[in-house]
Amino acid sequence: MTTPAAVSHTQQTDVRYYSRFTLAQRYLHAVVMVTFLGLAATGLTLRFSESPWSIGFAKAIGGYSAILFFHKLSALGLTVVFVMHVANVLYRVAAKREYGLIWGPDSLVPNLKDFRDFFGNLRWFLWLGPKPKIDRYAYWEKVDYWAVFWGMGIIGLSGYALWFAPFFAKLIPGSWMSIALLIHGEEALLAVGFIFTIHFFNEHLRPDNFPMDLTIFTGRQTEAEFAERHPEEYQRKLELGKLESLRLPPPERWLINMSRLIGVTVVVIGFVILAYTIRAFLKS
Amino acid sequence: MQRQNRLAVFLLPAVCWFWGTAVAFGAAAGDATCLGCHAEKEALHASIHGSLGCGDCHTTIRAFPHPEHVAPVNCSTCHTTEGSGVSSSVHAHSSQQPCLSCHGDAHGILAAKDPKSPVYALNLPRTCGTCHGNQDFVKKHGLPDVYSEYIDSIHGFALTKDGLLVAATCSSCHGAHDILTKKDPKSRTNRANIPATCGACHQGIETAYFAGVHGKGLKAGNPAVPACQNCHTAHQIADVREAAWKMKTAATCGGCHKEKFQTYRDTLHAQVSSLGYVETAHCWDCHRAHDILPKSDPASSVAQAHLVETCGKCHSGIGASFVSYEPHADPHNAQAYPALHASAVFMNLLLASVLGFFILHTILWFIRSRGGNPS
Repeated sequence: MTTPAAVSHTQQTDVRYYSRFTLAQRYLHAVVMVTFLGLAATGLTLRFSESPWSIGFAKAIGGYSAILFFHKLSALGLTVVFVMHVANVLYRVAAKREYGLIWGPDSLVPNLKDFRDFFGNLRWFLWLGPKPKIDRYAYWEKVDYWAVFWGMGIIGLSGYALWFAPFFAKLIPGSWMSIALLIHGEEALLAVGFIFTIHFFNEHLRPDNFPMDLTIFTGRQTEAEFAERHPEEYQRKLELGKLESLRLPPPERWLINMSRLIGVTVVVIGFVILAYTIRAFLKS
Repeated sequence: MQRQNRLAVFLLPAVCWFWGTAVAFGAAAGDATCLGCHAEKEALHASIHGSLGCGDCHTTIRAFPHPEHVAPVNCSTCHTTEGSGVSSSVHAHSSQQPCLSCHGDAHGILAAKDPKSPVYALNLPRTCGTCHGNQDFVKKHGLPDVYSEYIDSIHGFALTKDGLLVAATCSSCHGAHDILTKKDPKSRTNRANIPATCGACHQGIETAYFAGVHGKGLKAGNPAVPACQNCHTAHQIADVREAAWKMKTAATCGGCHKEKFQTYRDTLHAQVSSLGYVETAHCWDCHRAHDILPKSDPASSVAQAHLVETCGKCHSGIGASFVSYEPHADPHNAQAYPALHASAVFMNLLLASVLGFFILHTILWFIRSRGGNPS
C-alpha cells in the first residue's frame, strides 16, 4: 500500500477525506505543542542549570530573566488554553447536554473496551491475535490526553506555588516548597520523556505513520486511514449513515506543506531537547 | 729640659700633619680623593645619605690607596632595627645584598616617601615583582607567581589605577624587613595572625569576623575554620561587589560545607544563579559573610526569630509559614525530611514505571510493525 502522503497527491480527486479534528482542536494542539516546547526548553535549562548547554542557551536568549520570562509566558499560555478547553467541555456537557463527550464510543473517557484493546494489542504485538478494532480514540491517545491533565495538576500547581511562593505559603506550609520544586522538575522530566519518545513514536514515527501523521495539523484523514486506524468508528458511522456529514475537501497543498514543516521542526526540536535531557540527567 | 723641648719641636708638626690628613680623608677633602677615581658616586649627594661622607659607610677604608677587595658596607650599623629584621627574615640568605635589592642603587638611595624610590608604596609591587614576578625565579624557588595575582586584585587595581596610597601593597601584609614565612607563628601572614593583619585596614570586618563562628574557631585554635585568605585568597582578592566574585562564593563556601552546597544546588536560588542571576540568594545573603552564626544562636541571621527579616530582604509580604521553607532540604535524608524523601521516591518510581511501561509497549509495537503480518 502506498503511503497516505503519496496517495494525497497522486490520486487527489479519488481520495475521500473525513474530518477528525475541528479547527479549534487543531489550534488547541498547536498552542499546547508550542507552549510545551517553550516550557521544556526553558525548564530543563533551569533544571540542569550548571550544564554548559544551559548556560549557553540562557546567554543566547537573554540570560536567566529571559529563561524565566519565557517559562512563565508559556505556562500562562498553556494554562489559558487548558482552562478554555475544560470550560468548553463542561459547557457542552452541562448546557448542550452532549453526554457523548463523557461516555460512549466518541468519548475520551477510558472504558472497558480500552482495556480489551490494550490486551488485544499486546496479543497482536506478540503475533497471538488480530489487531484490535480501535474506535474514535485509541487507548494510547487517551493516555496522551489525560497525561496533560495529570501534568497540569502536578506541574502546573507546583509551578504556580513556586512562582507566587509568598502567597501560596499562606495556603500551604512553606516547607512544602522543596517538595513543589522536586515534583515540578521530576514530573517535567516524565512529561518530556513521554512526549518526545512515546507520543512522537505512537503518532508519527512508527512505521504505519512514518514520517509524520498530519491529521492533527490538517484536521482530516483519508478514508483508507479512517478505516484502518479507527475501524470500529468507521464501521459504526458507515452503518448509521453519518460518514457523509464528516466529508471534507482534500487539504490544500500549502496546508500539507506547512503541516510537514511544523511537524518535522517540532520533532527535531523535541529530539534535541530529549538528547540534552538524557545527557544532563546521566551526568547529574 | 732643653732636650725635651727640642723633641717637642720635631714631633708637633708630625702629629699635626698625620691628624690633619686623617680627618681630611674622612670628610670632604677625603671624598674628593675618592671621587678622583669613583666620579660616578657623586650621585650620593642627591640621595637621602647626602650628608654622609664615603667613609661613613665604607668604614674599612682608611687610607688611599685602599686594597683591591674591601669589605661590603654594613647598613645595619646605623639601621639596626631594619638590619636585624632582615637577618631573621626569609631574605636573610639572599645571595645579593638584600638592602640594595629593594632600595636600589647604593649611592642613590631615596627616602621611602619619595615617589622615585623603588620602595615608595606605588612602586613597591614592581620592586618585589622583579623577583616574585620572575617566572624563572618563582619556579626555581617553588613560589607562587604572586606579582601577577596581586596586580589584578582589588588592591593592585587601587594602587595601579587610582594611585591609592592606602591600598594594601606587599609590605602592608608581609612587613618590609622582617618578612617571615607564613609557617612561622610570628609571621604577619601566619593563619592565626591574618585577621589582625587584614584588620589593620579592615577593622570593621575583623570585628565582625571574630564575632562569627569562623573567627571564634580561629581564636580557639580550630585548624578547620577559614581565615580571611581561605575565602578571599591571599593575592587575587577581588572586589566583593563584582558579579564574578559573587557567582563564585557558593562554591567557595562549598569547598568546606560540601553537603550544604549540594543541597543548595538543588534549589531555585542556585539554578538561577548558574544562569547568571547575581542578586539571587547566595550563602552570605542569608548567613552573612563575616559574623556568621549558627541557627541555634539567637543573634544569627538564620535564627528562627530573624528568618522573616532575612528572607524578607528579597521576598516581600512573607510570614511564618514561608520561612518554614528549608533551603537545605535533602531528599536523600529520610529521617530529617520524610515528606520530601517520600515524594522523591514516589516520583522516581512513577518515572521508572510509566516510562518503562510505555517504552516496552513502543518497542513491541515497533517490532510488530516492522515484522509485518505473518498471515
